[in-house]
Amino acid sequence: MPPKVDREKCDGCKVEKEPLCEQVCPGDLMTLGEDKKAYCRMARDCWDCMSCVKICPKGAMETRIPYQIGYHGAKLIPLMGTNTITWTLIDINGKVERFHYINRGSLD
Amino acid sequence: MSAKIIKNLDEIPTEIIETDLLIIGGGNAGCFAAYEAKTQNPSLRVTIMEKAHISRSGALAAGMDAINTYLREDKGETPEKLVKWSRAQMGGGPIREDLALSNAEILNETVDLLEEWGLPIVRDEGGQYKLRGRYDISIQGEQLKPIMAEKAMEAGAQVLNRVAATNLLIEGERCIGAMGFGVRDGKFYVIRAKATIVSTGGACGIYKSPVTDYSGSHHQTWMCPFNVGTGYAMGIRAGAEMTSLEQRWVAVRTKDFCGPVDTIAVGYGCLMINGKGERIMEERYAHVGGEKAPRFFRLNAPMNEWLEGRGPTYVDTRVLDPEEAKDLRTDLLNERPTFVLFLASLGIDITKEPVEIYGSDPYIVGGHTGSGYWVGIDRMTTVPGLFAAGEAAGGSPNKFVGGCGSEGRLATRGALGYLKKVSLPPADSAQVEQEKKRVFAPFLRGPEFDGINPVEMEERLQRLMDEYAGGVHQFYRMNEERLVQALKHIRKLQDQAELLYAGELHDLMSAHEVIDRLNVAEVLVHHLLFRKETRWPGWQTRMDYPEVDPKLDCFVESVRDPKTGEVKVFTRPYEQLIPGDRTKG
Repeated sequence: MPPKVDREKCDGCKVEKEPLCEQVCPGDLMTLGEDKKAYCRMARDCWDCMSCVKICPKGAMETRIPYQIGYHGAKLIPLMGTNTITWTLIDINGKVERFHYINRGSLD
Repeated sequence: MSAKIIKNLDEIPTEIIETDLLIIGGGNAGCFAAYEAKTQNPSLRVTIMEKAHISRSGALAAGMDAINTYLREDKGETPEKLVKWSRAQMGGGPIREDLALSNAEILNETVDLLEEWGLPIVRDEGGQYKLRGRYDISIQGEQLKPIMAEKAMEAGAQVLNRVAATNLLIEGERCIGAMGFGVRDGKFYVIRAKATIVSTGGACGIYKSPVTDYSGSHHQTWMCPFNVGTGYAMGIRAGAEMTSLEQRWVAVRTKDFCGPVDTIAVGYGCLMINGKGERIMEERYAHVGGEKAPRFFRLNAPMNEWLEGRGPTYVDTRVLDPEEAKDLRTDLLNERPTFVLFLASLGIDITKEPVEIYGSDPYIVGGHTGSGYWVGIDRMTTVPGLFAAGEAAGGSPNKFVGGCGSEGRLATRGALGYLKKVSLPPADSAQVEQEKKRVFAPFLRGPEFDGINPVEMEERLQRLMDEYAGGVHQFYRMNEERLVQALKHIRKLQDQAELLYAGELHDLMSAHEVIDRLNVAEVLVHHLLFRKETRWPGWQTRMDYPEVDPKLDCFVESVRDPKTGEVKVFTRPYEQLIPGDRTKG
């Protein structure tokens, strides 16, 4: 399942030696194109772990479900906070839901 | 590196590193192994060789929603009871009860460490870890892998990210490190070590996945598709003994998207039903334990419903109220976030419509079944100096997250005992040069070479295994002649591996991944041929031998002769340490 890169938002992580998505991808699939924007070199090989989406400082990445297995238009957007994560989920009917919880530290 | 065409091996630099303990694979077991080593002896040189980046590498990349084994002592749980349960889950075994017991004894410590490191673990009203099954506890594990990785790094382990291991370094009979190449820097790496732990995870992508057919999602698999069995393959090539590879792990997963079912079924009480709305396990599998039946029965049950004309099959999520449905999806976001996106892309309300389920492709994963290296109680393999941990270590199933981490710690303890007694012999330059030549051969052939690209060969292997060696499209069934046919094809692919070419370092990694998968597939088929019975239907279904053969109540083992390539298959006896009915947990 290919991560889709918003080419307007992606700046190729200019200050980094290599973009964060390229650093983190467990499948070595993200890399920089000649235009200095990130892209997925083998869309079919993505495991959709969303590591790249979570780490992107520009919010430029989106994981898509291929049409062969799901209908068009659903979105899942993570927002990483300090010891929390907030997910926004939009289904194909436009229903919006949020999931917010602690991902580090004590739950007390 | 990728843009530059390299024509000569001498242009490729060789980096030689000396260390005390080399850990190949910085996943769960590898991180715990490194932490244990540096905690026990801070002056020890510990090096992790990792083909991705340890912060998000391996099977835990997306996170996890549960630790599947924890002993609630206040509920009367003990290591012995866990081993009994594990044995029953395997239909009575055989399992290595010695390994399982020693693991269970330190299991809780490992889980407690994770909490101390910052993993949020859900607690019940009494302040104990909240159970969602007999041994399952709930975690909010989105950050599980980064947490483990940080601790390995903080402890002072040297981490070589983006260095893929290709072969062990062997001196006489003994392992003295490993070799590999930099996926980013293009260098050849020789890591010389007094002791080596292999913790590379299991093998995915030996078989075709059920989803590959009809979408571009080649990696719509349950197990991490970047775990390709390199750890097994390196051992197989070096003549290490493998155990129980025929005990394939196949799981019931959600259909079309290979998502977790145990969370839904076990954690939230949504039972499996068929197309007619009947509860499958109660209706047809009461004699093997109904809902508590061993895992292979739970996998095979829905697939049999399809075969017998009662599909599709579902987990009945209609028992959930809206709040529970949200809690369930929160759990799923921690383990497989895109599964929640998948449900949204179907546009269904799971409290009104059940979720479809189907079987996965088969995996070789020693953290789940007994497949992997044969190891001693010190976790040393049959190759002196080489230890195995996590999914790479065989004999002891149902380790999962807590058990694989514990296994990393145990392998380190074994390795520390060993490395005190040995010194590092001088480098064998002939072996190093030979491996360098082998590793870079596809790269030197270059992208214009009239040969085979790694993707073509991978797909060919996955389809032939699926058809001849009991893949999901064959409902996991196999027979002697089909397995022989599989071997014939695997040998042809192995011959043609000489024709693999790579244009970029990523492709070079893919070339070695398919070569490694071929080694695992070959030995796996030998194991499947040897077990002329059906002991774990679904995991291992021999249509020509449909019954259990009491004579095969033992471990099936193999060794590949490094000189001739011949695979020898033999047995080892099962030893029952925990008394009682083996099928009762």
